[in-house]
Amino acid sequence: MLNRQGRPTTPGEAAPSDHKTFTGNKALSQIEPLIFETGRLETTGVDYEAPKSFTSRLGGFERKSEIGLPGLSEPEAMRHYVRLSQKNYGIDTGLFPLGSCTMKHNPRVNEKIARMPGFSDVHPLQPVSTVQGALEVMHTLSHWLLELTGMDAVALSPKAGAHGELCGMMAIKAAIAAKGEAATRNVVLVPDSAHGTNPATAALIHFVVKPVPVREDGTVDPAVVASLAGPDTAAIMLTNPNTCGLFEKDVVAIADAIHAAGGYFYADGANFNAIVGKARPGDLGVDAMHINLHKTFSTPHGGGGPGAGPVVLSELLAPFAPVPFVRHTDDGMQLVESVDEAANHGAHAFGRMTAFHGQMGMYVRALSYMLSHGADGLRQASEDAVLNANYVRACLADLMSLPYGNRPCMHEVLFDDAWLKDTGVTTLDFAKAMIDEGYHPMTVYFPLVVHGAMLIEPTESESRASLDLFIATLRDLAMAVKRGETERFTGAPYHAPVRRMDETRAARSPVLKYTPPQPILQAAE
Amino acid sequence: MGEIKYTKDHEYIRVEGDVAVVGISDYAQSQLGDVVFVELPKLGKALSKGDEAAVVESVKAASEVYAPVSGEVTEINSGLEAQPGAINEDPEGTGWFMKVKLADPSELAGLMNEADYKAYLASIH
Amino acid sequence: MRYLPLTPDDRAGMLAKIGVDHIDALFADIPSDRLLKHLPTLPLHKGEIEVERVMGRMASRNVSASSVPFFVGAGAYKHHVPATVDHLIQRSEFLTSYTPYQPEIAQGTLQYLFEFQTQVAALTGMDVANASMYDGSTGCGEAVLMAHRITKRNKAVLSGGLHPHYADVVHTLSQMAEAECVTLAPDVSGREDILSQIDGTVSCVVVQTPDFFGNLRDLRAIADKCHANGALLIAVFTEVMSLGLITPPGEMGADIVVGEGQSIGNALNFGGPYVGLFATKSQYVRQMPGRLCGETVDADGTRGFVLTLSTREQHIRRDKATSNICTNSGLCTLAFTIHMSLLGQTGLKRVAEINHANAVMLADELDTIKGVSVLNQSFFNEFAVRLPGNASHSVEQLAARHIMAGVPVSRLLPDAGLDDVLLVANTEVNSDDDRKAFVEALKEIL
Ligand SMILES: Cc1ncc(COP(=O)(O)O)c(C=O)c1O
Repeated sequence: MLNRQGRPTTPGEAAPSDHKTFTGNKALSQIEPLIFETGRLETTGVDYEAPKSFTSRLGGFERKSEIGLPGLSEPEAMRHYVRLSQKNYGIDTGLFPLGSCTMKHNPRVNEKIARMPGFSDVHPLQPVSTVQGALEVMHTLSHWLLELTGMDAVALSPKAGAHGELCGMMAIKAAIAAKGEAATRNVVLVPDSAHGTNPATAALIHFVVKPVPVREDGTVDPAVVASLAGPDTAAIMLTNPNTCGLFEKDVVAIADAIHAAGGYFYADGANFNAIVGKARPGDLGVDAMHINLHKTFSTPHGGGGPGAGPVVLSELLAPFAPVPFVRHTDDGMQLVESVDEAANHGAHAFGRMTAFHGQMGMYVRALSYMLSHGADGLRQASEDAVLNANYVRACLADLMSLPYGNRPCMHEVLFDDAWLKDTGVTTLDFAKAMIDEGYHPMTVYFPLVVHGAMLIEPTESESRASLDLFIATLRDLAMAVKRGETERFTGAPYHAPVRRMDETRAARSPVLKYTPPQPILQAAE
Repeated sequence: MGEIKYTKDHEYIRVEGDVAVVGISDYAQSQLGDVVFVELPKLGKALSKGDEAAVVESVKAASEVYAPVSGEVTEINSGLEAQPGAINEDPEGTGWFMKVKLADPSELAGLMNEADYKAYLASIH
Repeated sequence: MRYLPLTPDDRAGMLAKIGVDHIDALFADIPSDRLLKHLPTLPLHKGEIEVERVMGRMASRNVSASSVPFFVGAGAYKHHVPATVDHLIQRSEFLTSYTPYQPEIAQGTLQYLFEFQTQVAALTGMDVANASMYDGSTGCGEAVLMAHRITKRNKAVLSGGLHPHYADVVHTLSQMAEAECVTLAPDVSGREDILSQIDGTVSCVVVQTPDFFGNLRDLRAIADKCHANGALLIAVFTEVMSLGLITPPGEMGADIVVGEGQSIGNALNFGGPYVGLFATKSQYVRQMPGRLCGETVDADGTRGFVLTLSTREQHIRRDKATSNICTNSGLCTLAFTIHMSLLGQTGLKRVAEINHANAVMLADELDTIKGVSVLNQSFFNEFAVRLPGNASHSVEQLAARHIMAGVPVSRLLPDAGLDDVLLVANTEVNSDDDRKAFVEALKEIL
């Protein structure tokens, strides 16, 4: 018998794709209301039996007002967050060349291990005898970090890069105070190319920030440092490799100049991924450096955190490391939790950065990553990261402008907007057009020392085929700019879940939380 | 209307008798982008030339506004709080920041007139 | 190596395209005498099986909370987190995204941050909340600095009921920021006289409720006296679940509310990552640290969300920023907001009631043991008990019997003369059998 279920299998005469839908949805791209618009106050997605009757011991502090937060059933919650997730771009979606952020692959075995009950389901204040394995993770991670950096001690507890900066600068401040120079040494030199966290950190603990101009080639001139440094200099905060994607080739002379003036060398280690296994900060005169485990050591960025920012310290600063820290003794692992206890071990801990012991969940992931790569893999990863960035540079140098010339870079390559001059296309427009092409834009407008900066960090996680397509895409976009196809840029993105956002409106009259529409509010009363 | 003068930090000052109207130049507003917020000094505040007198913010930038001359703040443009966009639309008119009673009129001599300021802008580009 | 896609051929071809013949040519800026000639002295790469084995061995040397009757709290709490939460936060688009700097392809993150801020504001009874701090303790330190900026004074008064680690964090920060910080003596009863400390030189008073010892504290008189003296009241909590049942600090006059959000959505993780909650009044929003997400529209007029009021932050304001924070607790806020949306106010109130009921039952039972006394007038899910002897010692003995009894106060306050005081927490995960086992074992060892 003839099967009459046959149907057209070619698109035929399809209408143009600006077709409008009833729902406003576009197939997989769904408009998703706020939970406050769909949830109900009486709904809950968790089932608990009412407690047996008991006498309240709240002492009269019962909450009398309505909290005003609706709940969702489990399927509703699942769908809400899945739909939200579909409006996000992640490393797993595609190439994510966000300079200075090291968006490398996040191995899932790390997630699996971090969720072992022996790590995730352990309380920070359990008896130390019941957490020997957790302390061993901290101890082992410290060993790897010290070996890779050639430094003397490590303070694990800082919760992110900026917190690590704060920890390192506090150690420096404590060391200065211990020398009796607290009143006179209060200036911190910060190159103009530095990340905003550097000057913000220094200022937070009452150092005076003195900018250091960056020379023509994008690096810091030791002679300038020497001329700015003096008896009032507490430290320099130098990012190396720097935010222009260059290794500070005079780093040793800079360290010498700072040390000669009696100051300390704080290194921002955000870009450590370029040099793991190739060079050690401890061999370059560094006194303190934070390491972003969420960059170099693959712990997920999670939409903005959490991270971890352990700080490695030189011999001079090691005694000032904050509590807590782990001691390996004949009786097993010990945890030193107070400044007084630290003093019993000959240390002058400057204090405490955070409650408990830091980002254990990140330590586990970072250590798993290190074990996976091993010494050989870590070095290869850095070499590949640098190779990939240089490959992008070599393939785009003829079309886009390199502020410091077509010379080798580290793990990220910095372009400026000189090549866009008078085209009617800005760095921002170019970035937004990349979104339409399926890429996350590079870091834009940072560092501040070049105009219209575009900082591309492909990381070692990209294959050559992936890079080739990325390069071809950027070349096509660049050619389009040159051909004057301005609208492709100024109106972009056209294909993202939303178009360009009105940030002026958001800032002029800030709406920072949901407020129910008035009639509904009245009805509820 | 009195004569308008400019500073290298892109404030303008328009003298009307012994009172000066202070704001930021058209160039400054164009560099900042859409202004979203201003913080004005308190009425009666005594400013010395070069003091941080106000803060002006766009979405992606923030700038201090320095007192171009010394004197007491006699009036502030409180309308800017609700309408910061006036600074973009009419910086030297409705977008003024504050009025200052001149303490030392001789300080005006160090400032640029319109032609000098135009030349200065050309030189920094 | 499984994480590295480049093949040896790729590398050779790419070097050729770049125009160098060896990878080290790209590292030429590193002084040649500092370029490492050998691999670091660390083990070589391992496969997944081996890595899981090594890490699993370490994990097995820890006693996990779920494996024993568990009553440990003091700032981190064992709660049940629905399976949905951990599934959702592991979605690639959440897990592997960055801070939402490109809002058009980060609406997922931005919308949940907006929802999170709304939830935190409602729970604390405040006008606005930010997109998170690292944890409760660092949020507390930042709140003190914020109060100093607002009041233009620099003296903080800390209640003796503030979690000792939080007090240490504030002390360290204050000392480094050259500000004054006075801490009252630890106070098990919650009846300290903080009012007499408040005068016209004080910038802020920091009071925790429920406090470190579990007492619920009345903030109203403190708020009034602060305000009469031009000072701010900073209210702190370490157990966010309490806000399902007790009067929120915002209704008692607090100006800034900070606390630990771990209890909702987040595992114990041996102390981190956690999620710092930070809320304040509208008039102080420009002095707030951290990121803020706000509502706006796109070029087509469609509602959407962006990071806003960024001129407060380090990337724009540099040394004049309100804080140096950049990376915050992203994914932990997501876990928080998912769990909170599942609970809703109805579920939160219910689970908070269960916490309280379980704690009341245990307190009543412990109180009947000879030589043991509960010290609190009021509490939520944690309270202090006085034991006949050294509490650390008892905790060790009970641990040997596979019961995690709580936190000896002396671990955090070694010099307070409270060696016989134990903090005991009780949540919805504790069964009747857990409580019975605890009470029986305690009787045996005493
Ligand atoms: C160069 C540099 N320094 C410091 C930081 C701050 O690190 P975190 O975001 O982990 O606090 C970053 C990251 O954003 C950075 O790129």
